[in-house]
Amino acid sequence: MKFYVKLFALNLKSQMQYKFSFFLSCLGQFVTAFTSFFSVKFIFMQIDAVDGFSYGQVLLCFAVVMLSFSIGEAVGGGLANFPRMVRTGEFDRILTRPGNLVLQVMIPFFDFTRIGLLVQGAIVLGIAVPQSGIAWTGAKVVTLVLMVVCGAVLFFCLFLFQAAFAFFTMDSLEFLNIFTYGARQFGRYPFSVYGRRVLYVLTFCVPLALVQYYPLRFMVDGEGQAVYMFLPCLSLLFIVPCWALFKLGISRYQSAGA
Amino acid sequence: MIEFQKVCKTYRVAKRQAGFRNAVKSLFSREYETVQALDNVSFRIADGEIIGYIGPNGAGKSTTVKVMCGILTPDSGNCLVNGKIPWKERASHVKDIGVVFGQRSQLWWDVPVIDSFELLRDMYKMEERRYRRNLEELARLLELSELLKTPARNLSLGQRMRCEIAASLLHEPKVLFLDEPTIGLDAVSKIAVRQFVKKIKEEKHTTVVLTTHDMMDIEALADRVLLIGHGRILLDGTLEELKRHTSTEKIITIKYTGSMPAVSGGMELREAKENQLTVALDPAILPVSVAIASLASQTELLDVSVTDISAEEVVAALYKEYQI
Repeated sequence: MKFYVKLFALNLKSQMQYKFSFFLSCLGQFVTAFTSFFSVKFIFMQIDAVDGFSYGQVLLCFAVVMLSFSIGEAVGGGLANFPRMVRTGEFDRILTRPGNLVLQVMIPFFDFTRIGLLVQGAIVLGIAVPQSGIAWTGAKVVTLVLMVVCGAVLFFCLFLFQAAFAFFTMDSLEFLNIFTYGARQFGRYPFSVYGRRVLYVLTFCVPLALVQYYPLRFMVDGEGQAVYMFLPCLSLLFIVPCWALFKLGISRYQSAGA
Repeated sequence: MIEFQKVCKTYRVAKRQAGFRNAVKSLFSREYETVQALDNVSFRIADGEIIGYIGPNGAGKSTTVKVMCGILTPDSGNCLVNGKIPWKERASHVKDIGVVFGQRSQLWWDVPVIDSFELLRDMYKMEERRYRRNLEELARLLELSELLKTPARNLSLGQRMRCEIAASLLHEPKVLFLDEPTIGLDAVSKIAVRQFVKKIKEEKHTTVVLTTHDMMDIEALADRVLLIGHGRILLDGTLEELKRHTSTEKIITIKYTGSMPAVSGGMELREAKENQLTVALDPAILPVSVAIASLASQTELLDVSVTDISAEEVVAALYKEYQI
């Protein structure tokens, strides 16, 4: 444990070394995220509701996805370096050390500039909560926390899934970005607006709707759909196939000639 | 103890001709070639042995070492290192081994060496006292005290290699894997590394698996040599046995004053320079002492040296014999 904390601190130190660049990156993250916020705002200047969801409710959805994405990506985004480590055989070194493989790959690339996105998400959440017209109860607050936390885990799993493909293809599969960077964009709206089929895929294949659409329904519609409240927890099952793929990948690892 | 039982490993390598057109073609249909990297490899290494593992590039050396380190999973066969299967019990297995890849660093590049060592201490969850003791000992033996505060990227290759070896031994592994530890080092550093490895083996009884192309390393260190070619173990024995397998020839070089002695039967002239003569002979036919007596009787000898065929030549002859 001490080792990972130190590795983490080492990485933070080296990212902070160029202070100006670090703060500019954070600011950049913060500012660019505004564009997607405004695109939602402008659409709602023309219409009152999307698929029955009001402006405040869509903003809530937006904030949840933004928060969970920024956490998931800060932690797991560094796994994008994994295909290079596999190709060059750098992963050898990690395999010859005791300790968790994923943590050893991830921590040196933990991206602290994502804090900009996180702050933006928090601000949007602050705007959305009073505007959503939701009668807040203890259960709904718990649901909101579950959405963000499970969502972050889910995004992390998607980065891990994408990285694990490098064992088989020697390169990352860019199309999987649809579910990471793509989901951050189209997750601004409740997934039901994209039609039944998309909702099915996002329920049963890549369970993003379990942390977004269904619990949102519960918060908006209230007690009748209390079962939706715990669906975010169910989405955590997605860890199983991701981890299995990674494990299978290790046994297929070919290293690089040396 | 390390045990290899009928280990096989194949790689699937995509074949592609050079050129842009073929690159495009390979996007749609790709031909694969199966390369047999290890073909029924079996051997056993006892505790405290230094094994010299030799073979030309692409013979399967690295693959063997990577299987032993838990990096690669073989297709079939079994491997036990200290009673554990490397790829199945990876985490507990790697605590007992140290690995030095000559071409790859295990130090964190931008931080002082001592910081890297402390990270390793935490990774291996070492007690502070044990760490201090090992660090002091390694720093003394490898003369590191001046280097510890320098970032790894500012070290010379020889200095870095000394630090790498120390890093791999901090946790007192039972088995040490050295992959080309002297590659690119100057003569002084090479000798320092060799002396150190010898010392570690004697004092700690560490098993060492040494892969190298430098036959001087083998000559200086290896108790036993394994020769691999085309994924198969071709020879297994001491360097002496390998030499005898290749040739029993002795080389006599003399310096003399006066007239050049005649080279009599049983001796073969190798080189004749001014006041210096080199002959080869087979001691089974003509004993060395008889040959020297014969030469001495014809001229005044200033100096005599008798040598075997060099390790370098043994290996060249073996590679040729096995067509690897």
